[in-house]
Amino acid sequence: MSRRLLGLTLVFPALAVIAFLFILPLIMSAVGAFQVDGAFGWGNFQKMFDLYTKDIVFTVVIISISTVLIGIASIAIGGYLTLGEHPVAVAILRWLYRWPMFIPFIVVGQILRTFLSKNGMMNNVAINLGLLTPIDAVSFLDWRGIVIAFVWKQTPFVALLVAGAMASINRETIDAARNLGASRLRVLIEIVVPQVGTTLTVGLILSFVTMMSVLSVPLMINAQTPTMLTADIAFRVNSYGDYGVANALGLISLLLASSVAWIYLRASLKERS
Amino acid sequence: MNASRNPVAALWWVPRGLVFGLMAFFIFGPLFNLLLWTVAEKWYFPHSLPLEYGFSSWAKVFAPRGGAVESLTNSIVVALLTVVVSLLLAIPAGYALARLKLPLRGLILLAFLIPQAFPNLTVYVNVARIFYEIGLNGTIPGVVLVHVSHGLVYAVWIATAAFSAIDVELEQAARNIGAGAMRTFLDITLPLAAPGLMASAIFVFLESLDEFTGSYFVGAPDVNMLPLLLYTAGAGGNYQIASITALLLLVPSLVFMLIVERFLKADVLSRVGH
Repeated sequence: MSRRLLGLTLVFPALAVIAFLFILPLIMSAVGAFQVDGAFGWGNFQKMFDLYTKDIVFTVVIISISTVLIGIASIAIGGYLTLGEHPVAVAILRWLYRWPMFIPFIVVGQILRTFLSKNGMMNNVAINLGLLTPIDAVSFLDWRGIVIAFVWKQTPFVALLVAGAMASINRETIDAARNLGASRLRVLIEIVVPQVGTTLTVGLILSFVTMMSVLSVPLMINAQTPTMLTADIAFRVNSYGDYGVANALGLISLLLASSVAWIYLRASLKERS
Repeated sequence: MNASRNPVAALWWVPRGLVFGLMAFFIFGPLFNLLLWTVAEKWYFPHSLPLEYGFSSWAKVFAPRGGAVESLTNSIVVALLTVVVSLLLAIPAGYALARLKLPLRGLILLAFLIPQAFPNLTVYVNVARIFYEIGLNGTIPGVVLVHVSHGLVYAVWIATAAFSAIDVELEQAARNIGAGAMRTFLDITLPLAAPGLMASAIFVFLESLDEFTGSYFVGAPDVNMLPLLLYTAGAGGNYQIASITALLLLVPSLVFMLIVERFLKADVLSRVGH
């Protein structure tokens, strides 16, 4: 058996699972998006844009803001772990930053719902410290709550990947730049970050698509309009049994997610050529 | 020199302390809040802390009709089966992607990302329809299969990274002294990749434990899982029950968080997605 055939044979079972349990139902839902009362047509999309244009924009904005914040935070954490000069401070950060990583989204939704609400713990602490008067306390359970939940949960994952990649960078260039008098911030931006670009992109893309798929966080933190597309899909199915519009919304999310995946694919192809 | 540097160095602890303190508040504050809810008997506006503490909600959750024991057992059984099936699929696939020349390797790697790249809600609706036809709907194997399709990206990507981090020369040395391909794989490659594979198993286990949407459409109401119990309790405004269920989901997550770095080394991490 040729090596190429052997390779394909070994990959085949895993690919078959994806094909039958994901791609087939995906096609079924894509076809369903164009089906109106048994005939093909654009009706579902018309209805979707009439009802949910605001939510599509809302979803894109929320997830983009979250992705940017996650990227900045994980570069900051990874950078401090790599370039930090005080061993105790580095150890504290290493111990601190990872806690939210494996906390399930549904748990994140539940704990932030009680933490960020108008009379939740965050406002209570601020009031008790005298930073806030009870009248000025506002609930963060809107778009800010979703962004906070996403950044809270996803940053440790991306930071772990980024810090791992930074740790395997050749130390000599960093030390040489430091000896020549470059500040740590400059070393981070000009030497360290460019070398972990691929890992950072992979981490952010995984985060982006994860956030596109999360249903529990928008449902638990902000179910009023405007809301995320996932909450709209669940609403269409549960309240109206309207699979057509739900499938159309799903197709829009696929386009958004695959445009991001396309960026990764192009970057990795460029790297290999 | 030293005398002038030390106070400055000590001063650095002011901004550090502020940043770390804020981070700690935002990370542990919500978790502490959750713990308070699990033992709060009475807690209402405008009180910052519960008025009465007690364990009556725990008794309710673990009562025979509370549903927690059944949900917990189901969740763990499904997660363990998901890990076994995922690794059986991911080990050969990861080895092939790391070591053998494959056409369209980048596309194949990307294919495993598809289940993470699509809001799975509509997909699971259609999966439920297919499973209903073949009698898998509302069964443990059905839920396991859905979780496998979702967790495969972690299993395959990390397994691929783990295999490609192994020095090829070790395998060639074994082959040179007469070991067969299978023997080399089982005695050399697999043990060396074990920490990475363990890490991918952890990711898959947690991904399965966390999974909500698929379990809801394919499992419920016959197969009850912990996330579903948490969601219905929270939606019904019963924050005590929701918080206790959340805590049950949290414990394995935190334990794994503490040990994952032992398995996921930098040389493997830097290869994820390559």
